[in-house]
Amino acid sequence: MGTTLTASDLRKGLKIEIDGDPYIVVDFQFSKPGKGQALYRCRLRNMISGTQFDRTYRSADKFTSADLEELQMEFLYREAKQYCFMNTASYEQVYLSEEQVGDAVNYLTENLNVDMLFFQERPIGITLPNFVELRVTKADPGLKGDTASGSTKPATMETGLVLQVPLFIEEGEVLKLDTRTGNYVERVK
Amino acid sequence: MNEQEILAAKRTHLELRCRILQTIREFFFRAGFLEVQTPVRTPAPAPEPHIDAISAQGWFLSTSPELYMKRLLAAGYDRIFQIAPAFRSGERGRYHHPEFTLLEWYRLGADYHVLQQDCRELLGAVCRSTGREQAWRRRGKRLEVSGEWPQMTVSEAFRRFAGWQPEQDPDPDRFDRDLVEKIEPQLGFPRPCFLMDYPAGQAALARLKEANLAVAERFELYWAGLELANGFSELTDPVEQSHRFAAAREQRRLAGRTVYPLPEMFLQSLKHLQPCAGIALGIDRLVLLLADAGNLDQVVAFPPELA
Repeated sequence: MGTTLTASDLRKGLKIEIDGDPYIVVDFQFSKPGKGQALYRCRLRNMISGTQFDRTYRSADKFTSADLEELQMEFLYREAKQYCFMNTASYEQVYLSEEQVGDAVNYLTENLNVDMLFFQERPIGITLPNFVELRVTKADPGLKGDTASGSTKPATMETGLVLQVPLFIEEGEVLKLDTRTGNYVERVK
Repeated sequence: MNEQEILAAKRTHLELRCRILQTIREFFFRAGFLEVQTPVRTPAPAPEPHIDAISAQGWFLSTSPELYMKRLLAAGYDRIFQIAPAFRSGERGRYHHPEFTLLEWYRLGADYHVLQQDCRELLGAVCRSTGREQAWRRRGKRLEVSGEWPQMTVSEAFRRFAGWQPEQDPDPDRFDRDLVEKIEPQLGFPRPCFLMDYPAGQAALARLKEANLAVAERFELYWAGLELANGFSELTDPVEQSHRFAAAREQRRLAGRTVYPLPEMFLQSLKHLQPCAGIALGIDRLVLLLADAGNLDQVVAFPPELA
């Protein structure tokens, strides 16, 4: 069960429950006109569907914090459209749909540790580590000796992800990628 | 950034703040005002429905020096000003700090129109001394101090920007919400704007308008969508003031908020108070506007979280 909160607890990043769904406050502004009452203007994002809306709260309004828990899970395998993860503490297995995994699918390799978010004990999404290492499965041959120029070429990773990499990158090499920006960081020796 | 770097980066804003304070003092000294200091810790803050005081060993930190200023006026001090710290519990946002700096000034024998003229001259002087004589751009919007400042009654503003009339339909929730969301963002571009004559229910310590008892002689000064000052012709009737305090206290009690001791000394002083007018202006917000800063944290050396 979530705890009871009041409007003065509202701030960016706070997670609250509205009509049975978890919402995160993505933008927040405190206002207080003249001698008037305090108003708490929020932009809220549904943590499951991603939809956003604006709502203004008053001091007297009360909320329930969203009953969320983050657990470390290891990605085991994919079976059809199901992704199987294992709780690294309890060894319990959890299946996520393609939709729940979302763009993270581009970075999932066997045995990768991720943080999985649960709302009222139901999994709703995962957070990847900031950096992952992926092997290049396809890349056009680069130009010999061209290690300094800023030009890039597309390369395909073992997960199917295609991204721009420096010209000197070759098939079979392992690359460090930033999952937040989707960018190449460096070659792993 | 470490603390030394953060503070060093604020030097321009802190210098501007210093310049503004210096200009304000010079302005009031030239106009024959006396600078005063009144208690920061008080046994009885003004009962306001929506202003919460911070308690300090059974007393309270000042939410505004207003009541003390008026006690001085009641003793015949005819032109006084103060630059004072004020404290309000639970107020934290881009434009709110729980501890902030207020400029208050008061005139015996004046009404709120005289204060409006003071505002024009004071902000004119501040802009001259800080190189803002000509129009400038703040956050992409043009601002300018010279020329005629517009004024609009609260009633007109609601009709025009919110599509309803507060005097016909007194709904304080809707009033505050529409004021913040629909009206304030329109006010004070490029020149400061006076929002005049608040509904009697929001008169606070202001006198009602003789020609129209539904409104009080109270104005708010807006610039660039930001509320900068709140001034009014002061209520000097002790009986009416006692009634309003009682109503505010009852409203606080019903809302489950702390009910502060009645400011008895202030109420007694009202018997001697002649017609007068007074105004409070937020110094931090004024600095923010002239500094082109995006929030108050940038214009005070130590915002609450770094204090």
